[in-house]
Amino acid sequence: MLKDVTIGQYYPTGSVIHKMDPRTKILFTTAFIVMLFCINNLWGYLATLLILVAVTLVSKIPVSYIIRGIKGLVLIILLTVTLNLFMTPGTVIASLGPLNITMEGLKVATYMALRLIFLIVGTSIMTLTTSPIDLTDGMEWCMRFIPFVRRYAHELSMMMSIALRFIPTLMEETERIMKAQKARGANFETGSIIARAKNLIPILIPLFISAFRRADELATAMEARCYRGGENRTRMKQLVFENRDRVSFVLMLMMIIGLILTTMIKIPLLFPV
Amino acid sequence: MPVEIKNLSHVYSEGSPFEFQALKDIDITIEDGSFVGIIGHTGSGKSTLIQHLNGLLTPTSGTVLVDGEDIFSKKKNELIQLRHHIGLVFQYPEHQLFEETVHKDVAFGPKNQGLSEDEINQRVQQSIKMVGLNYDDVKDKSPFELSGGQMRRVAIAGVLAMEPSVLILDEPTAGLDPRGREEILAQIKYLHKKKKMTVILVSHSMEDIGRLVEKILVMNAGEVVFYDSPNRVFTEIETLERIGLAVPEVTYLMRKLKEKYPEIREDIFTVAAAKDEILKVIRG
Repeated sequence: MLKDVTIGQYYPTGSVIHKMDPRTKILFTTAFIVMLFCINNLWGYLATLLILVAVTLVSKIPVSYIIRGIKGLVLIILLTVTLNLFMTPGTVIASLGPLNITMEGLKVATYMALRLIFLIVGTSIMTLTTSPIDLTDGMEWCMRFIPFVRRYAHELSMMMSIALRFIPTLMEETERIMKAQKARGANFETGSIIARAKNLIPILIPLFISAFRRADELATAMEARCYRGGENRTRMKQLVFENRDRVSFVLMLMMIIGLILTTMIKIPLLFPV
Repeated sequence: MPVEIKNLSHVYSEGSPFEFQALKDIDITIEDGSFVGIIGHTGSGKSTLIQHLNGLLTPTSGTVLVDGEDIFSKKKNELIQLRHHIGLVFQYPEHQLFEETVHKDVAFGPKNQGLSEDEINQRVQQSIKMVGLNYDDVKDKSPFELSGGQMRRVAIAGVLAMEPSVLILDEPTAGLDPRGREEILAQIKYLHKKKKMTVILVSHSMEDIGRLVEKILVMNAGEVVFYDSPNRVFTEIETLERIGLAVPEVTYLMRKLKEKYPEIREDIFTVAAAKDEILKVIRG
């Protein structure tokens, strides 16, 4: 059950994208997200789709794995689509009792759905191809350019990497405790919602206790090794931009220019301009 | 209840890059009332195997028959019933404690079985006594103010209170002091002898396994290497060492002695038996 969560998971295949500098990937993804909100017609979305397909192919990550990430957010996407479909004023093209579907609503709903799906796919490609440690290293570097946050860049990224590091551990722990309580006849699968919520107590209490114990042990272990934050701290692995990063910066620029150009296309595709 | 494991295989995370075959075609029968020890290197599939016996894990192929019935063709409710009869004590069971008092925690299992208040109280008292704790001393304490060894016992009592007919323990003595180990193992032996419980004990201690169990299941990389009596298994020193295991220290001693006294037996794995054998040889 818990194994189906793919967001934030790392999927090693050793492709060029995996080897890339995490900073490049973060910048690329940021540019991608910004552009996703700039495009305003289906030509742009078509181009985005092509970019995603190309990146996915290069990354060697199975498409089924990426699609699994969307599954978890189907509900949110459906909700957005339904709301936009019925709530947007404009020329009515179909009615469902008191509800009206408008041409504008259909357009906004389609764009929203595509935007959300591409957003999830784009960001999950980044997390799937970057190990959590690399990711936080990259984040730390990026945070240095944000005023106010800069001072705490190291501490924040340390917290993030610890949190990421403990997600799988806590998931495993949850599963273990769940099994142990099941072995004592606990029932998590049947019964009313209230009964099921009550049944969570035997899982949550041991889980909290073990999380606190782990946090305490980790703090002690860090202190025993004289950890004292980011000041004067050197790194074992320095981040270096390589040729593949330079190439991808060029590609990034091309993506930005290309997507800006699509906003100027005046030929209608499915929807009027 | 005899437990028959039929051609059982289990693959974790099938179809992902983390795919891992934990069990390969396991085919053994655990007879009613027997005492079986499972040994194997870390990651050899011991824990995966025992979690199939009460249906916590579903096999990739093969099945488990308890009392001749296929447990994986059962409905969810029947599976929960089955877990009342097959008690499984996980590694570090003290991590599963959650109630405010020891009494309430031990009562969790019997309560899930739907027993009457009186019956529950009686079972809780009995099982706390069985693990060597004083019921009146601990019943109102929070399980979290007990020592590590006491917590372990309370957790084991929580499973015993369900009065299972098959008891599976995954390294019940890991991390305990010598006295705690002895007491817990003695209780397990008592349950097997007097209550005719079928016991399956996973352990890394060859000494404990050697002196307690009737049959040893040796596992390596998800496969059964041996499933035989300690006498037979502990003579296969070379194979055991090749898969990262060992035989009891005293067996090595007997082996050395055999170089000097060829008439001495070497299929000995308890100190008591070694003493008898050595005396027998010396006194001629």
